Amino acid sequence: MDRYAYSKRFDVKRYPGFLLITMVCLLILYAPLLVVMVYSFNDSLSITKWGGFSLRWYVDVFTGLEAEKYKRAAWNSLSIALMAATVSTAMATAAAIGMVRGGQFKGKSLSFGLISIPIMVPEIVTAVAMLIFFSTIGLTLGYGSILIAHIVFCIPFAYLPIAARLQGIESSYEEAAQDLYANRWKTFRFVLMPILFPGMLSGFLLAFIISLDDFIITNFIKGAGVETLPTAIFGAVKQGIKPNIMALSTLMLLFSVLMVSLSYIIGRTDRSVDSKSNKD
Amino acid sequence: MIRKSLTTSILLGLALATSNAQAEGKLSLYHWFEYMPQELLDKFSEEFDVEVTMDTYDSNEALLASLKAGKLGSYDLAVPGDYMVEIMANEGLLDTIGEGELANAGNMEAQWVDVPFDQGRKHSIPYQWGSTSFSVNRDVFKGDINTTDILFNPPAELAGKINMLDSQGEVLLMASLHLGIPQCSTDRDQLKALDDLLQSSKQHWASFGSDIAKDVMVSGDAAAGMLYNGFSAKGRAEGANIEYAYPKQGYVVWMDNVVLLKDAPNRDNAIKFMDFMLVPENIAAVTNYARYAAGVTGAGEFTDPELASQPESAPPADAPAGAFIAVCDQATQEVYDQIWTRLRK
Amino acid sequence: MAAFGSGSTVSRTFAPVRNWLLMPTWLTVGIFMLLPLLLILVYSFLTKEFRGGVIWEFSLAAYDQFIFDRGLFGDAEPSIEWTYINIFLRSLVQATVATLFCLLIGFPTAYFIATRPPSTRSLWLFLITVPYWVNLLIRTVSMKFLIRESGPLNQALLGLGIIDTPLEIINTNLAVQLGLFYSYLPFMVLPIYASVERYNFSLSEAGADLYAGKWTILRRIILPSIKPGIIAGCILVFVPSLGAFLAPDLLGGAKTFMIGSLIEEQFKGNAGNWPFGSAASMILLSLVLFVLLFYARSQAREQL
Repeated sequence: MDRYAYSKRFDVKRYPGFLLITMVCLLILYAPLLVVMVYSFNDSLSITKWGGFSLRWYVDVFTGLEAEKYKRAAWNSLSIALMAATVSTAMATAAAIGMVRGGQFKGKSLSFGLISIPIMVPEIVTAVAMLIFFSTIGLTLGYGSILIAHIVFCIPFAYLPIAARLQGIESSYEEAAQDLYANRWKTFRFVLMPILFPGMLSGFLLAFIISLDDFIITNFIKGAGVETLPTAIFGAVKQGIKPNIMALSTLMLLFSVLMVSLSYIIGRTDRSVDSKSNKD
Repeated sequence: MIRKSLTTSILLGLALATSNAQAEGKLSLYHWFEYMPQELLDKFSEEFDVEVTMDTYDSNEALLASLKAGKLGSYDLAVPGDYMVEIMANEGLLDTIGEGELANAGNMEAQWVDVPFDQGRKHSIPYQWGSTSFSVNRDVFKGDINTTDILFNPPAELAGKINMLDSQGEVLLMASLHLGIPQCSTDRDQLKALDDLLQSSKQHWASFGSDIAKDVMVSGDAAAGMLYNGFSAKGRAEGANIEYAYPKQGYVVWMDNVVLLKDAPNRDNAIKFMDFMLVPENIAAVTNYARYAAGVTGAGEFTDPELASQPESAPPADAPAGAFIAVCDQATQEVYDQIWTRLRK
Repeated sequence: MAAFGSGSTVSRTFAPVRNWLLMPTWLTVGIFMLLPLLLILVYSFLTKEFRGGVIWEFSLAAYDQFIFDRGLFGDAEPSIEWTYINIFLRSLVQATVATLFCLLIGFPTAYFIATRPPSTRSLWLFLITVPYWVNLLIRTVSMKFLIRESGPLNQALLGLGIIDTPLEIINTNLAVQLGLFYSYLPFMVLPIYASVERYNFSLSEAGADLYAGKWTILRRIILPSIKPGIIAGCILVFVPSLGAFLAPDLLGGAKTFMIGSLIEEQFKGNAGNWPFGSAASMILLSLVLFVLLFYARSQAREQL
């Protein structure tokens, strides 16, 4: 057999079975979510028997007895995520400029190590550390302690996309601006930030979703009467997976899909900015 | 534009954060899970224009751990069981209710006023009382269940399908009753036997959990499980074919109590709430919801008539009296703690 | 790793104020992260207070409890305490198995997606990204619902006549293992995808021209080229699996302790032993740092 002809005959990119495994992978990832989605429309009180299609559990989420609790939890989750993502993005932007634009300096890798601590340390250890810290300094656990913790562990997640983008931007733009007597703030605001913005936005979104997602740390340091959606759901789920929880989960799931779509659109603008700056 | 939107979002966030603090007054409750009907909280909120928030815990020990881990000072009221009231008082976690502060103090049933864990009710008022043993799914096992063997030496049908409460006091007392040894024992052989029993029984148990205890029986994930009597009644009402046992070796009885916590941020509202819970109609609403018994005179008028006949609240004639959990001294308790740690590790 | 600040993008505009720019982050992370971590280290050497809390007296009791069994009454001849070591070993094994299975499923998936034509690729990528962004708690709860004894999985299998008695998956080690695998699978796919996407397929062509078979090309050319992505994926799965809390708690019935639940129990549960919880946290942290150090060294070797 002519080996050469053979080698030309197969597509080097293709491997048999990979499509099947991909399907298995998607099935594993989606099956539980889809099942919960379907059962959230179940009219029956018993969660495992099908009793016809109904929206009653969605109504229950918004108007039921526990609606107030979940509304407050959702409020807390969103406001904390919004503030934590905003503050951590601001800090991470400054830090990224310092790190990337600062040249080589003593303690640079130490500084990078410090920024990435929250990503490297297992969540449960961070949770314990913060609990002990807050209880030692006598800070009353509550909204404030959750917010502080979220800002801290969001910093590296906001930092990475911003720094990555900044790496790809030449400093000549800023220097040109400064040559034209723009001060530092104006240079940042009107020259660097417009180019950096997609990175800041993906950093913000990543931090936002990481904050919304957090359960372990929040569960350790939450205080009287302050629940976030994950801690409220966890508390409810321990006593049984009720249909209203499935409805709530489905809503959160749809919110996540929305966020992914959003980040996709941003990703696309990001790419168009790239191609534009390449053309220049 | 972007700076403006960032600033706006921060301001908006801050506004959201503080918007919770609108109501006239607040009350922060630390309570067991599934033990307080939301309607009753709403009624209190409306009557006194107080915003009530409630967090939950799942064992007396978890309540204590959490308060000692920095949560004291953020809650006004908690609902510990009898022995935990005594421990919390000894630890200095409770505030004292002043003479005459509670307008409805007279409503307490006489038998629940001079209780050993809080003589003269200085820190607490009765909430609910009931018993703890276990329930068995009658579809799975049809034999005699009124024996602690169900937990510690289970029949083949139940072995490996048992859920235990994640509650040190109750599990260790049930095991002691099974062996017939006293609580707070200092006898090394008895303690060794207790340790051996738990170590050897562990293989029969599928899970540990209090908050999940009813759900695993209803969903069928467990075929037998330690339960509180009212919780078992609720499980039965949810469609599980389960029967609550009154084992001949004994079982746990308890009374949960609303206590006034030290450094309560809203002490006035806490007192109002305690008074509110001493109104027969209100405490009866808890009884109807949780299926236990109240300790307030006149509550019976408002309770569900079915409660009087529910099998979970009616020990058979030959059942022994239940036992309250005892408070041991430190040296003894440390051995019991050790036994529990060895079991859970 | 290019993001980690080694570019030649120095600017004379911002270099002079570098420290001021870094200060907020230094302070925030330093005070609220580094200091608390040091505090755990201190707490792990303190004396446990009866019924929760600590006494500020130096003690090795926490580490002693971790390593030695001194019997029920604390006066027996000390022997090695295997329980905690076993919990750590079991967590290590479960995290390793989860990582391997994620790799087994994740690599072909990532490869398949990365080799789709650009038009359909973003759809595939979208499908794989969505679960990555869905709340982990919700995903774990969904899994719990699916595999419980009377859950949809058993109902379906019973209904199809594949099994006669419901599978008892919930509350077993298998459930925890499954949960870990399911939780962190997307973490494996995405970094590998990024690597494969950057992979230059003319290398494969060259291999084929030199008479290498498909699987030889995969093993000898592709895998070595995308190794950084694979290692990154493995770390992203392994590290959170090691300290996982939700999977053992919700799927394992809180009976099978993993490191995460062991630590949680010391602070929130009945045990209330802060120094011991701190010691266990320090040991977990050392393990993770060891893995990351190993990673950093292999990265450094790669660059040489």
